[in-house]
Amino acid sequence: MLIHLPILQVIIPLLGAPLCLMVKGSRFVWGFTLLVSLLASMISVALLWQVEANGTLSYALGGWQAPIGIEYRIDILSAYLLLIVSCMSTIVLLGGYRSIEKEIPVSNQSYFYVAYLLCLAGLLGIVAAGDAFNVFVFLEISSLASYILIGLGKDRRALWASFQYLIVGTIGATFILIGVGYLYIMTGTLNMVDLAQRIPSVSESTTVLVAFAFLIVGVCLKLAMFPLHVWLPNAYAFAPSIVTAFLAASATKVAVYLLFRFSFGVFGIELTESILPLHEVFIGLGLAGVFAASLVAVFQQNIKRLFAYSSVAQIGYMIVGYGLDSVAGSMASLLHLFNHALMKASLFMALAAVVYRLGSVQLKDLAGLASVMPWTAAAIVIGGLSLVGVPLTVGFVSKWYLVLAALEQDLWWVALLLVVGSLLAIVYVWRIVEQMYFAPSTSGDQSDGTREAPIGLLTALWILVIANIYFGIDTRLPVGVAELAAEHIFGGRL
Amino acid sequence: MLMVTAVAIAWTRHLFSAVMLASIYGLVSASFFVAMDAVDVAFTEAAVGAGISPLLMLVTLRMVGAKEATSHNHPYAALIIVAVVGVLLLLGEQDLPAFGSADAPAHGHVAPHYLQESAAEIGIPNVVTSVLASYRAFDTLGEVAVIFTAGIGVMALLFSDTPVHLRNLPNTSRSTMEDQVIPRVVGKILIPPIMLFALYVQFHGEYGPGGGFQAGVIFASAVIVYVMLFGLDAAMQVVSVSWLRFLAACGLLLYGAVGVVCLLAGKNFLDYNALLPDHIAAQHLGILVIELGVGVTVACVVMLLFFAFVGRIPHLPDHEARDG
Repeated sequence: MLIHLPILQVIIPLLGAPLCLMVKGSRFVWGFTLLVSLLASMISVALLWQVEANGTLSYALGGWQAPIGIEYRIDILSAYLLLIVSCMSTIVLLGGYRSIEKEIPVSNQSYFYVAYLLCLAGLLGIVAAGDAFNVFVFLEISSLASYILIGLGKDRRALWASFQYLIVGTIGATFILIGVGYLYIMTGTLNMVDLAQRIPSVSESTTVLVAFAFLIVGVCLKLAMFPLHVWLPNAYAFAPSIVTAFLAASATKVAVYLLFRFSFGVFGIELTESILPLHEVFIGLGLAGVFAASLVAVFQQNIKRLFAYSSVAQIGYMIVGYGLDSVAGSMASLLHLFNHALMKASLFMALAAVVYRLGSVQLKDLAGLASVMPWTAAAIVIGGLSLVGVPLTVGFVSKWYLVLAALEQDLWWVALLLVVGSLLAIVYVWRIVEQMYFAPSTSGDQSDGTREAPIGLLTALWILVIANIYFGIDTRLPVGVAELAAEHIFGGRL
Repeated sequence: MLMVTAVAIAWTRHLFSAVMLASIYGLVSASFFVAMDAVDVAFTEAAVGAGISPLLMLVTLRMVGAKEATSHNHPYAALIIVAVVGVLLLLGEQDLPAFGSADAPAHGHVAPHYLQESAAEIGIPNVVTSVLASYRAFDTLGEVAVIFTAGIGVMALLFSDTPVHLRNLPNTSRSTMEDQVIPRVVGKILIPPIMLFALYVQFHGEYGPGGGFQAGVIFASAVIVYVMLFGLDAAMQVVSVSWLRFLAACGLLLYGAVGVVCLLAGKNFLDYNALLPDHIAAQHLGILVIELGVGVTVACVVMLLFFAFVGRIPHLPDHEARDG
């Protein structure tokens, strides 16, 4: 069965979804979904291990060899992403039962889990595919599923947020499809490796450049890169808490992966480098994103929204790393993928706990939280510190590498701005800490039933928090893999 | 004609005519595809673009009314973006190989393999089906999952607000056409042939244009005609929502199960050659079964979509919808 792992990674959640519809009882559905997700993460661990040992895996679907058929291709970069997505999904689900039970009406819970699995399958499929059109198909699955998940939010504004995301996401997907279509016309193939070999011979044509432009803009819409981020804050703020935690830890990460995959893996470094002052543009936009989004975050009253803007800012860091266009820059960016997934998953899980007990995430309602929910409050503090980039947390590690990468190219102003950007994070994190620990509780007495979050939620939350610290100290796993992946994509081949 | 229709859609303030124009757009592009020799695509476009989607939009119009809310803001930014995209697209067209040129890259790489080897490797005359259902079967599985996802989404978001069973609300399900004899009679005559035609399309996909997607849509449209003529109640006695939901999941599972069986038989996922010793027969069998899965899921989801929309119409004043 070992050789079938690449496909099992995707079809287990994909086929788990319709099966899930047939399971009755919310506890069983949750258990089933968790089991599927757990299986997926075990497979991803096995895959990473296999890829590290034997190099890139290729799997011919339907027994048709690429480029005739569709190929699944797991290299170190894909394996790394598969690991992030499936593990985050499992941990989030593990703690999510009570929160989902409370936020989603019973009649919709089974749909929720089905959509969750479909979203997971879509994201994993995007990462595993070695075929440009297959990427698009699974992108559609994951996007549609995430519109559903967001639309299931309790607040009626969730529907509007979901609709906004649907419009923007569909435009993004259409752009990607146009790009893939042009590439097919010019090369006659959809397989990524094959594309990478055939594009150089036609790279002079404007069509290929236009295809590149459409693909990159489409992907950037999906990953909420700074001026294209407008859909994200609302979607994150109104989605069910668990969905926010899952999407923040996985969906944008997969979009960043696509950016790397298409620009370095498919179009090749030479072509990417020759176009426009693209890298300066990306560094500029990334930094602009860091500052603009952090500034907006400082003035938010809704904490979910605050962290959503902070996500846009953090994506800015990844874009800067991408724009640096070097092994070190890419490595820092990929490392930040992993670390940011950890931070945001733990922060949004903590907010799920807050919503569960308080029913609100307005900053003013958090007053005195530390005395009633000490564990949750402490988790928010540690997550926040990690976001700022305090030593001994994962946030520090990725920013450290990013600054090093900028200095390597003598871009000291970039490095300086990156550090200043982190200072802004201190401001918005401090506002929350101040409110939780130093503001007098608004409700006055502690007898209104507010107490610590349910144990399941806390367990998952603290797994994430401890991971935040553990990987901040023992950086071998993420740094090692990110380094390999960065070297791999700069090796010029997929 | 496509351009004219598209501009007209954007121009008109009357939503009913916009929907009708969209339907015409679908039909025109279907003819366009026929002219380009892409019969399978044309078939799908005719069924979906000109048939089902305008229908769903009409049902929506019943709920929201046919007048567009007039807005006075002029979205210049949007116009600029559209213009930029248009220019980019035209730029992209510049270097395209000439239409129909034999040495275009798209005709020189994988396509010849499909055209020449399909008969020997898969043994069915319709190459489009062999690409869809065997060479790139996994994409098709993904597409079915997309459709399934759409069905789940509509059920999750639209049925949720109306937990009251639809049957308990006689007003919501009365047909507007109960007093119209001619459509009812004609409809009764037409429905069985439509269903038969759907089955023909379903199983004939290997030989001519057709397959699960088109068949599913056609089958669903027969049921939809029935609902329009005789009301939701009558239709729900035959096909209930929970059954449709179950079947939609089954269709996707059936498709996936074929792949899993191949896995268990020691071959790669969706490698039909694992099914039977004779590889031509195995490919036939595999394609037949997965097309069935596609058809079932598509038909069920389209019906679910329609039921979901119709079920939400709070009150149907007679004839109003017809007058637009």
